[in-house]
Amino acid sequence: MYAQNVDTGVKKVRGADEMSADEAAFQARIDEGIKIEPKDEMPAAYRKTLIRQISQHAHSEIVGQLPEGNWLTRAPTLERKLILLAKVQDEAGHGLYLYSAAETLGASRDDMQADLLSGKAKYSSIFNYPTLTWADIGAIGWLVDGAAIINQIPICRCSYGPYARAMVRVCKEESFHQRQGFDIMHTLCNGTEEQKAMAQDALNRWWWPSVMMHGPRDGDSVNTAQSMQWKIKLFTNDALRQKFIDQTVPQADFLGLTIPDPELEWNEETGHYDFGEPDWDEFWNVLKGYGPCNQERLQARIDAEEGGAWVREAAEAYAEKQAARKAAAAA
Amino acid sequence: MTEAPNMDNARYEYLLQLGDSDLILGQRLAALCGHGPALEEDIAMTNVALDLIGQARFWLSYAAELKGEDADEDTLAFLRDAPAYRNLLLVEQPNGDYGQTIVRQCFYDVWHFFVLQALMQSTDTRIADIAAKSIKEVQYHVERSGDWVVRLGDGTEESHRRTQAAVDKLWRFTGEMFRSSEAEQALIESGVAVDVATLYEPWHAHMQALFEEATLTLPGDQPMQTGGKAGEHTEHLGYVLAEMQHLQRAYPGARW
Amino acid sequence: MSENSKKWPLWEIFIRSQHGLSHKHVGSLHAPDAEMAIKNARDVYTRRNEGVSIWVLPAEQITASSPGDREPLYEPARSKIYRHPTFFPMPEGVDHI
Repeated sequence: MYAQNVDTGVKKVRGADEMSADEAAFQARIDEGIKIEPKDEMPAAYRKTLIRQISQHAHSEIVGQLPEGNWLTRAPTLERKLILLAKVQDEAGHGLYLYSAAETLGASRDDMQADLLSGKAKYSSIFNYPTLTWADIGAIGWLVDGAAIINQIPICRCSYGPYARAMVRVCKEESFHQRQGFDIMHTLCNGTEEQKAMAQDALNRWWWPSVMMHGPRDGDSVNTAQSMQWKIKLFTNDALRQKFIDQTVPQADFLGLTIPDPELEWNEETGHYDFGEPDWDEFWNVLKGYGPCNQERLQARIDAEEGGAWVREAAEAYAEKQAARKAAAAA
Repeated sequence: MTEAPNMDNARYEYLLQLGDSDLILGQRLAALCGHGPALEEDIAMTNVALDLIGQARFWLSYAAELKGEDADEDTLAFLRDAPAYRNLLLVEQPNGDYGQTIVRQCFYDVWHFFVLQALMQSTDTRIADIAAKSIKEVQYHVERSGDWVVRLGDGTEESHRRTQAAVDKLWRFTGEMFRSSEAEQALIESGVAVDVATLYEPWHAHMQALFEEATLTLPGDQPMQTGGKAGEHTEHLGYVLAEMQHLQRAYPGARW
Repeated sequence: MSENSKKWPLWEIFIRSQHGLSHKHVGSLHAPDAEMAIKNARDVYTRRNEGVSIWVLPAEQITASSPGDREPLYEPARSKIYRHPTFFPMPEGVDHI
């Protein structure tokens, strides 16, 4: 998802009898559904994991502006241009809400961004794929935002108050994103032969990365188990992935598009779709920095940060001068 | 212009002037989305882009109605080549560093405000309505770009130097804003268009006060570059349009 | 980024919506000064017509109650149930009170 494979720093999830009194009291609050707030006492590992997860989520929103941003200057109509601008702008807003949520835990936005630019912090693998045609903008809205919503709605109920509240705001704004993507695909699929081919090509390229977006198979991941105990993750990667596939296949059918998975098949018994295995080597490679666009994405963020440094410094310097002038006038 | 402007042709040309400048500046700003100097500023500048392109749609839709046939806002935006574009040279200049982006914006915003203020009294009620709706947005643009000119001008030594350089670089495109095109001249007497020559003084006075606060120097008289309103553009516009019009040109007749 | 540059401070943002309710905390953002904080808040937190009035407050100026004081601060109020109108049952037939 937007936060993939977040390390909790624990080796083993402990039961109540293995916890200290403080830890047990903390876990009891979470189990009762009481939200944890910024100044509350919390285990260091909970704080650290949350900072990691929320900042990774924020980075994904910010880097996520870039693939779609490619097409802001090339959107085919003025209305599409406005819609896409509003959407990419929303992503900046979502990044901002999430950085703010992480800041309540004592992390500074500058430090988090420095970790992104140095390559220390990760962001979602999905944004390292290229947007080659206009149909990719449709596919991202439809598939990537569709997957994101499935992940984010449960986080509105997560245990950390500021994160939950940020997600409520994000989800409210996000609902138009997926629809605009589907609308682009729908228009293309009802267009010329070239447009239909463009839509199918986009689905072919974005399907597997979207399926992998939900993160690696659960297996017996200690991180997943710990995050679920803390209620900062509410469903397993596999459960979210299944939900995404079940929801998306009929939509692809409606569009008249073919999902590029020969093993995809409805299973009467389970009431879900069976599907093939994604290329997990590719997933790990992209996450480690060897995807098609990792270098471009990171460089774009570095350029923006470095190119903007003198602007931010100017505003700081002016604020200081103004404060000094005010003080002098008052003296 | 090849033919002598009659009233309707002049009105059409005038609407293109208003719409094209908004559109091209909006297009320039759209390219900055995701690349701004701070997250908050990125979001704020994108709002300006949204406003300008939204306003361009009003002007171009009206122009398309006058043109008739199958014209609409999109055929006008995506199927006219550079010589048929009527925008100011100022707005097609590259984003450059943020100093250049802000100075370009400030020059335009203040001019834009005075134009719309006058057009609220246009005898063409459709123009007056669009102006009244747009001016609320533009009032905010004026404040924002003004805030930034002051902060960059009176910020650090580096920001002062960069911003003054941007002023010196872009000044030669400001003269055109106050010279009426043939289309404008044909519409002034009937009260449809504003005589932009009358806007020079308030614009200049505003700039002088702002630049003084920003510790920047306004350049003096110098030869000005003109031609945008007549379709004679700088080299930059061709690239802007090549990118903007790519899909409509590559797939003629497709609906998006 | 130069090392000695002081960062834009954090501001807490409060917005009053159109429905006559009080200002409500909506989130935070960074800005170099109060004036820009107001403008950024307008651009960040009212993109969907959410408000008609904005307050900004430097985050460091906020004094918050301590979570450890929860009991002394809030327990006493809990026992004073007579402050709530539901404490007083009204006889049947008595309306509008």
